[in-house]
Amino acid sequence: MAKAIREIYGEILAKYGQTNKDIVVLDADVSSSSRSVLFQNVCPDRFFNVGVAEANMVAMAAGFASVGKIPFINTFATFLSTIGLLGARIFGSYSELNMKFMGAYGGLSDAFDGPSHHSVEDIAIMRSLPNFRVYVASDETSTEWIVKNAIDSKGPMYVRLSRDVFPTLYSLGEKFEDGKGKVLRQGKDVTIIAAGIMAGFALEAAKTLAGEGIEARVVDMFTIKPLDTALILESAKTTGAIVTAEEHSVIGGLGGAVSEALVLGQAYVPVGFVGLDDTHAECGPYSELLAKYKLDAPAIAAKVRETVKKK
Amino acid sequence: MSLAPERKKHLDALCNKFRVDVLEALYGIQSGHPGGSLSVCEILTALYFEEMSVDAADPQKPDRDRLVLCKGHAAPMLYRVLAEKGFFPASEMKTLRRLNTRLQGHPSTTHTPGIDLSTGPLGTGLSAALGMALGLRLSGYKSKVYAILGDGDVNEGTVWEACMSATKFKADNLIAIHDWNRVQLDGRSNDIMPQGDMEAKFKAFGWRTLACDGHDLNALVDTIDKAKAYPDGRPVVILADTVKGKGVSFMEGQNTWHGKALGEADYKKAVAELSSSKAGE
Repeated sequence: MAKAIREIYGEILAKYGQTNKDIVVLDADVSSSSRSVLFQNVCPDRFFNVGVAEANMVAMAAGFASVGKIPFINTFATFLSTIGLLGARIFGSYSELNMKFMGAYGGLSDAFDGPSHHSVEDIAIMRSLPNFRVYVASDETSTEWIVKNAIDSKGPMYVRLSRDVFPTLYSLGEKFEDGKGKVLRQGKDVTIIAAGIMAGFALEAAKTLAGEGIEARVVDMFTIKPLDTALILESAKTTGAIVTAEEHSVIGGLGGAVSEALVLGQAYVPVGFVGLDDTHAECGPYSELLAKYKLDAPAIAAKVRETVKKK
Repeated sequence: MSLAPERKKHLDALCNKFRVDVLEALYGIQSGHPGGSLSVCEILTALYFEEMSVDAADPQKPDRDRLVLCKGHAAPMLYRVLAEKGFFPASEMKTLRRLNTRLQGHPSTTHTPGIDLSTGPLGTGLSAALGMALGLRLSGYKSKVYAILGDGDVNEGTVWEACMSATKFKADNLIAIHDWNRVQLDGRSNDIMPQGDMEAKFKAFGWRTLACDGHDLNALVDTIDKAKAYPDGRPVVILADTVKGKGVSFMEGQNTWHGKALGEADYKKAVAELSSSKAGE
Protein backbone atom coordinates (compact mmCIF):
# COMPACT_ATOMS: atom_id res chain seq x y z
CA MET A 1 0.00 0.00 0.00
CA ALA A 2 1.27 3.41 -0.93
CA LYS A 3 1.93 5.90 1.83
CA ALA A 4 -0.10 9.02 2.48
CA ILE A 5 1.37 12.16 0.92
CA ARG A 6 1.81 13.72 4.36
CA GLU A 7 3.81 10.72 5.57
CA ILE A 8 6.09 10.83 2.54
CA TYR A 9 6.55 14.56 3.07
CA GLY A 10 7.55 14.15 6.71
CA GLU A 11 10.01 11.39 5.86
CA ILE A 12 11.64 13.40 3.07
CA LEU A 13 11.90 16.50 5.24
CA ALA A 14 13.56 14.45 7.98
CA LYS A 15 15.92 12.85 5.47
CA TYR A 16 17.15 16.09 3.91
CA GLY A 17 16.99 17.95 7.21
CA GLN A 18 19.71 15.77 8.65
CA THR A 19 22.18 16.64 5.92
CA ASN A 20 21.24 20.26 5.20
CA LYS A 21 21.72 22.21 8.42
CA ASP A 22 20.19 25.37 6.95
CA ILE A 23 16.74 23.80 7.01
CA VAL A 24 14.50 24.94 9.85
CA VAL A 25 10.94 23.73 10.29
CA LEU A 26 8.06 25.62 11.85
CA ASP A 27 4.67 24.22 12.75
CA ALA A 28 1.56 25.68 14.37
CA ASP A 29 0.58 22.87 16.71
CA VAL A 30 -0.33 20.41 13.96
CA SER A 31 3.03 18.66 13.58
CA SER A 32 1.57 15.22 14.16
CA SER A 33 -0.93 15.93 11.38
CA SER A 34 1.40 17.67 8.91
CA ARG A 35 4.02 15.04 9.85
CA SER A 36 6.67 17.69 10.38
CA VAL A 37 7.07 15.82 13.67
CA LEU A 38 9.27 13.38 11.73
CA PHE A 39 11.75 16.24 11.25
CA GLN A 40 11.43 17.24 14.90
CA ASN A 41 12.33 13.69 15.93
CA VAL A 42 15.71 13.88 14.21
CA CYS A 43 16.48 17.64 14.26
CA PRO A 44 14.87 18.99 17.44
CA ASP A 45 17.15 22.04 17.59
CA ARG A 46 15.89 23.29 14.24
CA PHE A 47 12.20 22.63 14.86
CA PHE A 48 9.99 25.44 16.17
CA ASN A 49 6.46 24.74 17.29
CA VAL A 50 4.89 28.17 17.70
CA GLY A 51 1.51 27.03 18.92
CA VAL A 52 -1.66 28.01 17.13
CA ALA A 53 -0.25 31.29 15.84
CA GLU A 54 -0.01 31.00 12.08
CA ALA A 55 0.62 34.67 11.25
CA ASN A 56 3.43 34.75 13.81
CA MET A 57 4.83 31.51 12.39
CA VAL A 58 5.00 32.87 8.85
CA ALA A 59 6.66 36.12 9.94
CA MET A 60 9.14 34.20 12.11
CA ALA A 61 9.96 32.10 9.07
CA ALA A 62 10.67 35.31 7.16
CA GLY A 63 13.20 36.23 9.84
CA PHE A 64 14.87 32.84 9.51
CA ALA A 65 14.99 33.20 5.73
CA SER A 66 16.46 36.68 5.97
CA VAL A 67 19.47 35.33 7.85
CA GLY A 68 20.10 32.48 5.42
CA LYS A 69 18.00 29.63 6.75
CA ILE A 70 15.53 27.64 4.64
CA PRO A 71 12.28 27.68 6.61
CA PHE A 72 9.61 25.06 5.92
CA ILE A 73 6.33 26.44 7.24
CA ASN A 74 3.69 23.92 8.14
CA THR A 75 0.02 24.05 8.88
CA PHE A 76 -3.23 23.18 7.17
CA ALA A 77 -3.35 24.61 3.65
CA THR A 78 -6.44 26.68 4.33
CA PHE A 79 -4.90 28.42 7.36
CA LEU A 80 -1.57 28.91 5.65
CA SER A 81 -3.16 30.57 2.63
CA THR A 82 -5.47 32.79 4.69
CA ILE A 83 -4.01 33.63 8.11
CA GLY A 84 -0.52 33.23 6.67
CA LEU A 85 -1.24 35.34 3.61
CA LEU A 86 -0.06 38.69 4.92
CA GLY A 87 3.39 37.35 5.69
CA ALA A 88 3.43 35.39 2.44
CA ARG A 89 2.76 38.60 0.56
CA ILE A 90 5.08 41.07 2.28
CA PHE A 91 7.98 38.71 3.03
CA GLY A 92 7.71 35.95 0.43
CA SER A 93 6.23 37.69 -2.56
CA TYR A 94 7.40 41.28 -2.12
CA SER A 95 10.77 40.63 -0.46
CA GLU A 96 11.43 37.36 -2.32
CA LEU A 97 12.61 35.64 0.84
CA ASN A 98 13.43 31.96 0.59
CA MET A 99 10.31 30.71 2.36
CA LYS A 100 8.64 27.34 1.77
CA PHE A 101 4.93 27.23 2.53
CA MET A 102 3.87 23.62 2.96
CA GLY A 103 0.10 23.35 2.85
CA ALA A 104 -0.98 20.23 4.70
CA TYR A 105 -4.39 18.68 4.13
CA GLY A 106 -4.97 20.26 0.71
CA GLY A 107 -8.32 20.07 -1.05
CA LEU A 108 -10.99 18.06 0.73
CA SER A 109 -8.47 15.59 2.19
CA ASP A 110 -9.31 16.59 5.76
CA ALA A 111 -12.68 15.23 4.75
CA PHE A 112 -14.43 14.57 8.05
CA ASP A 113 -13.46 17.94 9.54
CA GLY A 114 -15.61 19.66 6.95
CA PRO A 115 -15.38 22.86 4.91
CA SER A 116 -13.80 24.84 7.76
CA HIS A 117 -10.73 22.66 7.25
CA HIS A 118 -10.95 22.01 3.51
CA SER A 119 -8.68 24.06 1.29
CA VAL A 120 -10.29 24.89 -2.02
CA GLU A 121 -9.04 28.42 -2.71
CA ASP A 122 -5.36 28.06 -1.83
CA ILE A 123 -4.06 27.69 -5.39
CA ALA A 124 -5.99 30.77 -6.55
CA ILE A 125 -4.69 32.81 -3.63
CA MET A 126 -1.07 31.73 -3.72
CA ARG A 127 -0.54 31.79 -7.48
CA SER A 128 -1.70 35.42 -7.58
CA LEU A 129 1.35 36.43 -5.54
CA PRO A 130 4.22 37.76 -7.68
CA ASN A 131 7.47 35.77 -7.37
CA PHE A 132 5.71 32.78 -5.79
CA ARG A 133 6.01 29.34 -7.30
CA VAL A 134 3.15 26.91 -6.72
CA TYR A 135 3.27 23.13 -6.82
CA VAL A 136 0.73 20.39 -6.15
CA ALA A 137 1.97 17.02 -4.95
CA SER A 138 0.51 14.31 -7.17
CA ASP A 139 2.11 11.12 -5.82
CA GLU A 140 4.99 9.95 -3.64
CA THR A 141 7.72 10.48 -6.22
CA SER A 142 6.59 13.93 -7.29
CA THR A 143 6.33 14.92 -3.63
CA GLU A 144 9.96 14.01 -3.10
CA TRP A 145 11.00 16.07 -6.13
CA ILE A 146 8.94 19.04 -4.97
CA VAL A 147 10.55 19.03 -1.53
CA LYS A 148 14.05 18.56 -2.94
CA ASN A 149 13.40 21.40 -5.40
CA ALA A 150 12.20 23.60 -2.56
CA ILE A 151 15.48 23.03 -0.75
CA ASP A 152 17.71 23.49 -3.78
CA SER A 153 15.93 26.36 -5.48
CA LYS A 154 15.76 29.80 -3.88
CA GLY A 155 12.61 31.85 -3.58
CA PRO A 156 9.13 31.70 -2.09
CA MET A 157 7.06 28.61 -2.83
CA TYR A 158 3.68 27.24 -1.95
CA VAL A 159 3.25 23.48 -1.99
CA ARG A 160 -0.08 21.79 -1.65
CA LEU A 161 0.19 18.46 0.14
CA SER A 162 -2.52 16.03 1.22
CA ARG A 163 -3.64 14.02 4.18
CA ASP A 164 -4.42 11.05 1.99
CA VAL A 165 -2.92 8.30 -0.15
CA PHE A 166 -2.77 9.18 -3.86
CA PRO A 167 -2.62 6.75 -6.82
CA THR A 168 0.99 6.07 -7.82
CA LEU A 169 1.91 7.80 -11.07
CA TYR A 170 5.68 7.52 -11.29
CA SER A 171 8.37 4.99 -10.67
CA LEU A 172 11.19 5.85 -8.30
CA GLY A 173 13.91 7.88 -9.95
CA GLU A 174 11.53 9.63 -12.37
CA LYS A 175 13.03 12.96 -13.46
CA PHE A 176 11.05 16.16 -13.04
CA GLU A 177 11.68 19.65 -14.28
CA ASP A 178 10.48 22.97 -12.91
CA GLY A 179 7.73 24.37 -15.12
CA LYS A 180 7.36 21.17 -17.16
CA GLY A 181 4.15 19.19 -16.81
CA LYS A 182 4.22 15.42 -17.19
CA VAL A 183 2.39 13.66 -19.99
CA LEU A 184 1.07 10.54 -18.28
CA ARG A 185 -0.80 9.19 -21.27
CA GLN A 186 -0.95 10.08 -24.94
CA GLY A 187 -4.24 10.68 -26.77
CA LYS A 188 -5.43 12.58 -29.81
CA ASP A 189 -8.98 13.66 -28.99
CA VAL A 190 -8.73 15.73 -25.82
CA THR A 191 -6.21 16.64 -23.11
CA ILE A 192 -7.04 16.28 -19.46
CA ILE A 193 -4.79 18.60 -17.47
CA ALA A 194 -4.96 17.58 -13.85
CA ALA A 195 -3.29 18.33 -10.52
CA GLY A 196 -2.93 16.37 -7.29
CA ILE A 197 -5.15 13.37 -6.71
CA MET A 198 -7.06 14.24 -9.87
CA ALA A 199 -4.10 13.20 -12.03
CA GLY A 200 -4.61 9.60 -11.01
CA PHE A 201 -8.36 9.93 -11.49
CA ALA A 202 -7.76 11.39 -14.95
CA LEU A 203 -5.85 8.27 -15.98
CA GLU A 204 -8.77 6.16 -14.75
CA ALA A 205 -11.20 8.33 -16.72
CA ALA A 206 -9.02 8.03 -19.82
CA LYS A 207 -9.29 4.23 -19.67
CA THR A 208 -13.09 4.43 -19.54
CA LEU A 209 -13.15 6.95 -22.39
CA ALA A 210 -10.86 4.78 -24.53
CA GLY A 211 -13.57 2.12 -24.40
CA GLU A 212 -15.92 4.69 -25.93
CA GLY A 213 -13.49 5.65 -28.68
CA ILE A 214 -12.24 8.87 -27.06
CA GLU A 215 -8.47 8.92 -26.73
CA ALA A 216 -7.48 11.34 -23.99
CA ARG A 217 -4.04 12.72 -23.35
CA VAL A 218 -3.44 13.09 -19.61
CA VAL A 219 -1.09 15.69 -18.14
CA ASP A 220 -0.02 15.96 -14.51
CA MET A 221 0.40 19.73 -14.06
CA PHE A 222 2.13 19.50 -10.68
CA THR A 223 3.85 22.78 -11.50
CA ILE A 224 1.07 25.37 -11.48
CA LYS A 225 3.48 28.27 -11.42
CA PRO A 226 5.65 28.35 -13.43
CA LEU A 227 3.04 26.83 -15.71
CA ASP A 228 3.94 24.68 -18.69
CA THR A 229 2.38 27.00 -21.25
CA ALA A 230 4.16 25.32 -24.17
CA LEU A 231 2.67 21.94 -23.30
CA ILE A 232 -0.80 23.45 -22.84
CA LEU A 233 -0.73 25.18 -26.22
CA GLU A 234 0.69 22.15 -27.97
CA SER A 235 -2.00 20.00 -26.35
CA ALA A 236 -4.71 22.39 -27.50
CA LYS A 237 -3.34 22.30 -31.03
CA THR A 238 -2.86 18.55 -31.18
CA THR A 239 -5.98 17.35 -29.36
CA GLY A 240 -8.38 20.27 -29.94
CA ALA A 241 -10.03 20.27 -26.50
CA ILE A 242 -8.93 20.74 -22.89
CA VAL A 243 -10.46 19.59 -19.62
CA THR A 244 -8.86 20.67 -16.36
CA ALA A 245 -9.32 18.65 -13.18
CA GLU A 246 -8.47 19.87 -9.69
CA GLU A 247 -9.52 19.42 -6.08
CA HIS A 248 -10.12 23.16 -5.85
CA SER A 249 -12.67 25.77 -6.77
CA VAL A 250 -13.18 26.15 -10.50
CA ILE A 251 -12.37 29.82 -9.94
CA GLY A 252 -8.75 30.89 -10.11
CA GLY A 253 -6.95 27.58 -9.72
CA LEU A 254 -5.53 25.23 -12.34
CA GLY A 255 -8.55 25.81 -14.61
CA GLY A 256 -8.01 29.53 -14.41
CA ALA A 257 -4.28 29.25 -15.03
CA VAL A 258 -4.75 26.98 -18.04
CA SER A 259 -7.47 29.24 -19.46
CA GLU A 260 -5.21 32.27 -19.16
CA ALA A 261 -2.50 30.42 -21.06
CA LEU A 262 -4.95 29.32 -23.78
CA VAL A 263 -6.41 32.79 -24.29
CA LEU A 264 -3.03 34.52 -24.32
CA GLY A 265 -1.79 31.87 -26.78
CA GLN A 266 -4.89 32.40 -28.94
CA ALA A 267 -5.70 28.71 -28.66
CA TYR A 268 -9.45 28.95 -28.75
CA VAL A 269 -10.48 25.37 -28.12
CA PRO A 270 -13.39 24.02 -26.06
CA VAL A 271 -12.48 23.93 -22.36
CA GLY A 272 -14.18 22.15 -19.47
CA PHE A 273 -13.49 22.54 -15.74
CA VAL A 274 -13.70 19.76 -13.19
CA GLY A 275 -13.55 21.26 -9.70
CA LEU A 276 -15.72 22.55 -6.90
CA ASP A 277 -18.38 24.58 -8.64
CA ASP A 278 -18.10 27.82 -6.64
CA THR A 279 -19.40 26.13 -3.53
CA HIS A 280 -18.17 24.71 -0.26
CA ALA A 281 -18.43 20.96 0.27
CA GLU A 282 -19.42 19.32 3.56
CA CYS A 283 -18.03 16.70 5.91
CA GLY A 284 -17.99 12.99 5.12
CA PRO A 285 -15.78 10.11 4.03
CA TYR A 286 -13.19 11.38 1.51
CA SER A 287 -14.12 9.17 -1.43
CA GLU A 288 -17.84 9.77 -0.96
CA LEU A 289 -17.22 13.48 -0.71
CA LEU A 290 -15.19 13.51 -3.93
CA ALA A 291 -17.96 11.57 -5.68
CA LYS A 292 -20.78 13.80 -4.43
CA TYR A 293 -18.97 16.98 -5.47
CA LYS A 294 -17.97 15.54 -8.85
CA LEU A 295 -14.26 15.38 -8.20
CA ASP A 296 -13.62 11.81 -9.32
CA ALA A 297 -12.91 9.74 -12.42
CA PRO A 298 -16.56 9.46 -13.55
CA ALA A 299 -16.93 13.26 -13.21
CA ILE A 300 -13.83 13.80 -15.34
CA ALA A 301 -15.10 11.35 -17.98
CA ALA A 302 -18.46 13.12 -18.07
CA LYS A 303 -16.83 16.51 -18.49
CA VAL A 304 -14.65 15.16 -21.29
CA ARG A 305 -17.68 13.78 -23.18
CA GLU A 306 -19.42 17.15 -22.84
CA THR A 307 -16.35 19.10 -23.93
CA VAL A 308 -15.34 17.03 -26.98
CA LYS A 309 -18.87 17.47 -28.37
CA LYS A 310 -18.10 21.20 -28.69
CA LYS A 311 -15.13 20.60 -30.99
CA MET B 1 28.03 54.13 29.51
CA SER B 2 26.82 57.66 28.93
CA LEU B 3 28.08 59.61 25.97
CA ALA B 4 30.97 62.01 26.23
CA PRO B 5 29.61 65.59 26.22
CA GLU B 6 31.11 66.35 22.81
CA ARG B 7 29.64 63.15 21.34
CA LYS B 8 26.24 63.90 22.82
CA LYS B 9 26.34 67.39 21.36
CA HIS B 10 27.29 66.02 17.96
CA LEU B 11 24.51 63.44 17.92
CA ASP B 12 21.88 65.90 19.12
CA ALA B 13 22.85 68.20 16.30
CA LEU B 14 22.63 65.30 13.87
CA CYS B 15 19.11 64.50 15.12
CA ASN B 16 18.09 68.08 14.50
CA LYS B 17 19.46 67.87 10.97
CA PHE B 18 17.71 64.54 10.39
CA ARG B 19 14.40 66.10 11.40
CA VAL B 20 14.83 68.99 8.99
CA ASP B 21 15.87 66.71 6.15
CA VAL B 22 12.98 64.31 6.72
CA LEU B 23 10.43 67.12 6.76
CA GLU B 24 11.98 68.53 3.61
CA ALA B 25 11.59 65.18 1.86
CA LEU B 26 7.99 64.79 3.03
CA TYR B 27 7.16 68.34 2.02
CA GLY B 28 8.76 67.78 -1.36
CA ILE B 29 6.60 64.79 -2.22
CA GLN B 30 3.54 66.02 -0.28
CA SER B 31 3.11 62.60 1.27
CA GLY B 32 4.39 60.45 4.12
CA HIS B 33 4.35 60.24 7.90
CA PRO B 34 5.95 63.10 9.84
CA GLY B 35 4.69 62.31 13.37
CA GLY B 36 6.18 58.85 13.77
CA SER B 37 9.37 59.76 11.93
CA LEU B 38 10.12 62.58 14.37
CA SER B 39 9.20 60.35 17.29
CA VAL B 40 11.72 57.62 16.47
CA CYS B 41 14.65 59.90 15.62
CA GLU B 42 16.78 59.51 18.76
CA ILE B 43 16.03 55.78 19.05
CA LEU B 44 17.41 55.14 15.56
CA THR B 45 20.32 57.49 16.12
CA ALA B 46 21.33 55.81 19.38
CA LEU B 47 21.14 52.38 17.73
CA TYR B 48 22.98 53.11 14.51
CA PHE B 49 25.59 55.49 15.88
CA GLU B 50 26.31 53.94 19.27
CA GLU B 51 25.01 50.41 19.56
CA MET B 52 24.74 48.43 16.36
CA SER B 53 27.48 46.69 14.44
CA VAL B 54 26.74 47.40 10.79
CA ASP B 55 29.02 48.29 7.89
CA ALA B 56 27.80 50.23 4.88
CA ALA B 57 30.71 48.83 2.87
CA ASP B 58 29.45 45.31 3.56
CA PRO B 59 25.71 45.72 4.03
CA GLN B 60 24.98 41.97 3.95
CA LYS B 61 27.66 40.98 6.46
CA PRO B 62 26.18 37.79 7.97
CA ASP B 63 27.02 38.50 11.61
CA ARG B 64 25.91 42.14 11.62
CA ASP B 65 23.26 43.35 14.04
CA ARG B 66 19.76 43.72 12.57
CA LEU B 67 17.08 46.35 12.84
CA VAL B 68 13.41 45.78 12.14
CA LEU B 69 11.32 48.94 11.95
CA CYS B 70 7.99 47.33 12.84
CA LYS B 71 6.38 50.76 12.49
CA GLY B 72 7.47 50.87 8.87
CA HIS B 73 5.74 54.16 8.11
CA ALA B 74 8.58 55.93 9.94
CA ALA B 75 10.81 54.87 7.03
CA PRO B 76 11.94 58.42 6.15
CA MET B 77 13.85 58.74 9.42
CA LEU B 78 15.39 55.31 8.97
CA TYR B 79 16.47 56.28 5.45
CA ARG B 80 18.03 59.50 6.70
CA VAL B 81 19.96 57.65 9.39
CA LEU B 82 21.13 54.97 6.94
CA ALA B 83 22.27 57.69 4.54
CA GLU B 84 24.34 59.26 7.32
CA LYS B 85 25.86 55.83 7.97
CA GLY B 86 26.94 55.73 4.34
CA PHE B 87 24.51 53.19 2.87
CA PHE B 88 23.50 55.67 0.17
CA PRO B 89 23.89 59.41 -0.45
CA ALA B 90 21.76 61.72 1.69
CA SER B 91 20.82 63.50 -1.54
CA GLU B 92 18.61 60.51 -2.36
CA MET B 93 16.17 61.73 0.31
CA LYS B 94 14.67 63.97 -2.35
CA THR B 95 13.61 60.87 -4.31
CA LEU B 96 11.52 59.60 -1.38
CA ARG B 97 8.23 58.05 -2.54
CA ARG B 98 8.86 59.09 -6.15
CA LEU B 99 8.81 56.83 -9.21
CA ASN B 100 11.98 54.77 -9.68
CA THR B 101 13.25 55.60 -6.18
CA ARG B 102 15.22 53.27 -3.96
CA LEU B 103 13.41 54.88 -1.03
CA GLN B 104 9.97 53.28 -1.14
CA GLY B 105 7.04 54.51 0.96
CA HIS B 106 7.79 51.75 3.45
CA PRO B 107 11.08 49.89 4.05
CA SER B 108 11.94 47.36 1.36
CA THR B 109 14.91 45.01 1.46
CA THR B 110 14.96 44.59 -2.30
CA HIS B 111 15.12 48.35 -2.95
CA THR B 112 17.29 49.91 -0.27
CA PRO B 113 20.77 49.04 1.01
CA GLY B 114 20.82 48.71 4.78
CA ILE B 115 17.20 47.66 5.22
CA ASP B 116 17.10 44.32 7.06
CA LEU B 117 13.39 43.58 6.67
CA SER B 118 10.53 44.91 4.58
CA THR B 119 7.80 46.25 6.80
CA GLY B 120 4.64 48.28 6.44
CA PRO B 121 1.80 45.99 7.44
CA LEU B 122 1.77 46.37 11.22
CA GLY B 123 2.09 43.42 13.56
CA THR B 124 4.53 41.35 11.51
CA GLY B 125 7.83 42.92 12.49
CA LEU B 126 8.42 41.53 15.96
CA SER B 127 7.73 37.96 14.80
CA ALA B 128 10.20 38.34 11.96
CA ALA B 129 12.77 39.89 14.29
CA LEU B 130 12.37 36.85 16.53
CA GLY B 131 12.96 34.52 13.58
CA MET B 132 16.09 36.49 12.73
CA ALA B 133 17.33 36.27 16.31
CA LEU B 134 16.80 32.51 16.46
CA GLY B 135 18.38 32.00 13.05
CA LEU B 136 21.44 34.05 13.99
CA ARG B 137 21.78 32.07 17.19
CA LEU B 138 21.62 28.79 15.24
CA SER B 139 24.44 30.09 13.07
CA GLY B 140 26.51 30.80 16.17
CA TYR B 141 26.58 34.57 15.71
CA LYS B 142 26.52 36.95 18.66
CA SER B 143 24.44 39.46 16.69
CA LYS B 144 21.57 41.34 18.31
CA VAL B 145 18.24 42.02 16.66
CA TYR B 146 16.44 45.27 17.46
CA ALA B 147 12.73 45.62 16.77
CA ILE B 148 11.12 49.05 17.01
CA LEU B 149 7.46 48.81 17.93
CA GLY B 150 4.84 51.53 17.64
CA ASP B 151 1.54 52.22 19.34
CA GLY B 152 -0.51 51.14 16.32
CA ASP B 153 1.74 48.14 15.86
CA VAL B 154 1.01 46.74 19.31
CA ASN B 155 -2.73 46.75 18.56
CA GLU B 156 -2.02 43.75 16.36
CA GLY B 157 -2.41 40.36 18.05
CA THR B 158 0.64 38.94 16.31
CA VAL B 159 2.87 41.19 18.42
CA TRP B 160 1.71 39.30 21.48
CA GLU B 161 2.05 35.94 19.71
CA ALA B 162 5.65 36.96 19.07
CA CYS B 163 6.05 37.90 22.74
CA MET B 164 4.94 34.43 23.83
CA SER B 165 7.22 32.78 21.30
CA ALA B 166 10.27 34.88 22.18
CA THR B 167 9.95 33.76 25.78
CA LYS B 168 9.44 30.13 24.83
CA PHE B 169 12.53 30.14 22.61
CA LYS B 170 14.62 32.16 25.12
CA ALA B 171 15.51 34.84 22.58
CA ASP B 172 17.89 36.93 24.68
CA ASN B 173 19.48 38.35 21.53
CA LEU B 174 16.20 40.11 20.72
CA ILE B 175 15.69 43.65 22.03
CA ALA B 176 12.41 45.39 21.34
CA ILE B 177 12.14 49.15 21.73
CA HIS B 178 8.65 50.52 21.99
CA ASP B 179 8.53 54.01 20.49
CA TRP B 180 5.87 54.81 23.01
CA ASN B 181 4.33 58.14 22.04
CA ARG B 182 0.82 56.96 22.90
CA VAL B 183 -0.73 58.40 19.72
CA GLN B 184 -1.75 56.59 16.56
CA LEU B 185 -3.42 57.43 13.26
CA ASP B 186 -6.96 58.02 14.49
CA GLY B 187 -6.23 59.52 17.89
CA ARG B 188 -4.73 58.92 21.31
CA SER B 189 -3.98 55.26 21.81
CA ASN B 190 -5.96 55.10 25.01
CA ASP B 191 -9.03 56.26 23.07
CA ILE B 192 -8.49 54.02 20.05
CA MET B 193 -7.56 50.90 22.00
CA PRO B 194 -6.68 51.34 25.66
CA GLN B 195 -3.15 50.12 26.31
CA GLY B 196 -3.55 49.25 29.97
CA ASP B 197 -0.35 48.64 31.86
CA MET B 198 2.13 48.15 29.05
CA GLU B 199 4.99 47.19 31.33
CA ALA B 200 2.88 44.63 33.19
CA LYS B 201 1.74 43.16 29.88
CA PHE B 202 5.28 42.53 28.65
CA LYS B 203 6.28 41.18 32.06
CA ALA B 204 3.32 38.82 32.02
CA PHE B 205 4.57 37.44 28.73
CA GLY B 206 7.94 36.72 30.35
CA TRP B 207 9.92 39.69 29.06
CA ARG B 208 12.35 41.86 30.94
CA THR B 209 11.28 45.49 30.79
CA LEU B 210 13.29 48.68 30.93
CA ALA B 211 12.13 52.27 30.51
CA CYS B 212 13.75 55.51 29.49
CA ASP B 213 13.24 58.89 27.88
CA GLY B 214 13.17 58.07 24.17
CA HIS B 215 14.51 61.47 23.16
CA ASP B 216 17.48 61.54 25.56
CA LEU B 217 20.44 59.94 23.83
CA ASN B 218 22.28 59.36 27.10
CA ALA B 219 19.30 57.59 28.60
CA LEU B 220 18.78 55.54 25.45
CA VAL B 221 22.41 54.45 25.22
CA ASP B 222 22.55 53.54 28.91
CA THR B 223 19.32 51.57 28.69
CA ILE B 224 20.23 49.73 25.50
CA ASP B 225 23.61 48.87 27.02
CA LYS B 226 21.81 47.42 30.01
CA ALA B 227 19.45 45.43 27.78
CA LYS B 228 22.40 43.99 25.86
CA ALA B 229 24.12 42.91 29.05
CA TYR B 230 21.31 40.73 30.37
CA PRO B 231 22.55 37.17 30.21
CA ASP B 232 19.61 35.11 31.31
CA GLY B 233 17.74 33.87 28.27
CA ARG B 234 14.91 36.38 28.32
CA PRO B 235 13.94 38.88 25.64
CA VAL B 236 13.99 42.55 26.67
CA VAL B 237 11.69 45.42 25.80
CA ILE B 238 12.62 49.05 26.35
CA LEU B 239 9.60 51.27 26.85
CA ALA B 240 10.93 54.47 25.34
CA ASP B 241 8.86 57.45 26.35
CA THR B 242 8.52 59.55 23.21
CA VAL B 243 6.47 62.37 21.73
CA LYS B 244 4.83 62.00 18.35
CA GLY B 245 6.00 64.83 16.11
CA LYS B 246 8.84 65.64 18.55
CA GLY B 247 10.66 68.89 17.84
CA VAL B 248 7.88 70.68 15.96
CA SER B 249 5.55 72.43 18.39
CA PHE B 250 2.38 72.17 16.38
CA MET B 251 2.92 68.49 15.59
CA GLU B 252 3.80 67.30 19.06
CA GLY B 253 1.27 64.82 20.42
CA GLN B 254 -1.08 65.36 17.49
CA ASN B 255 -2.50 62.34 15.71
CA THR B 256 -3.51 64.61 12.82
CA TRP B 257 0.19 64.70 11.86
CA HIS B 258 0.43 60.92 11.66
CA GLY B 259 0.30 60.83 7.89
CA LYS B 260 -0.40 64.35 6.69
CA ALA B 261 1.61 66.29 4.13
CA LEU B 262 2.99 69.64 5.22
CA GLY B 263 1.69 72.79 3.57
CA GLU B 264 4.16 75.55 2.73
CA ALA B 265 3.44 77.61 5.84
CA ASP B 266 3.67 74.54 8.10
CA TYR B 267 6.89 73.47 6.49
CA LYS B 268 8.52 76.87 6.89
CA LYS B 269 7.40 77.15 10.48
CA ALA B 270 8.68 73.66 11.31
CA VAL B 271 12.07 74.27 9.74
CA ALA B 272 12.35 77.66 11.47
CA GLU B 273 11.62 76.03 14.83
CA LEU B 274 14.12 73.24 14.28
CA SER B 275 16.74 75.65 12.97
CA SER B 276 16.48 77.84 16.05
CA SER B 277 16.55 74.81 18.33
CA LYS B 278 19.33 74.68 20.86
CA ALA B 279 19.87 71.00 20.16
CA GLY B 280 23.52 70.28 19.91
CA GLU B 281 24.60 73.78 20.83
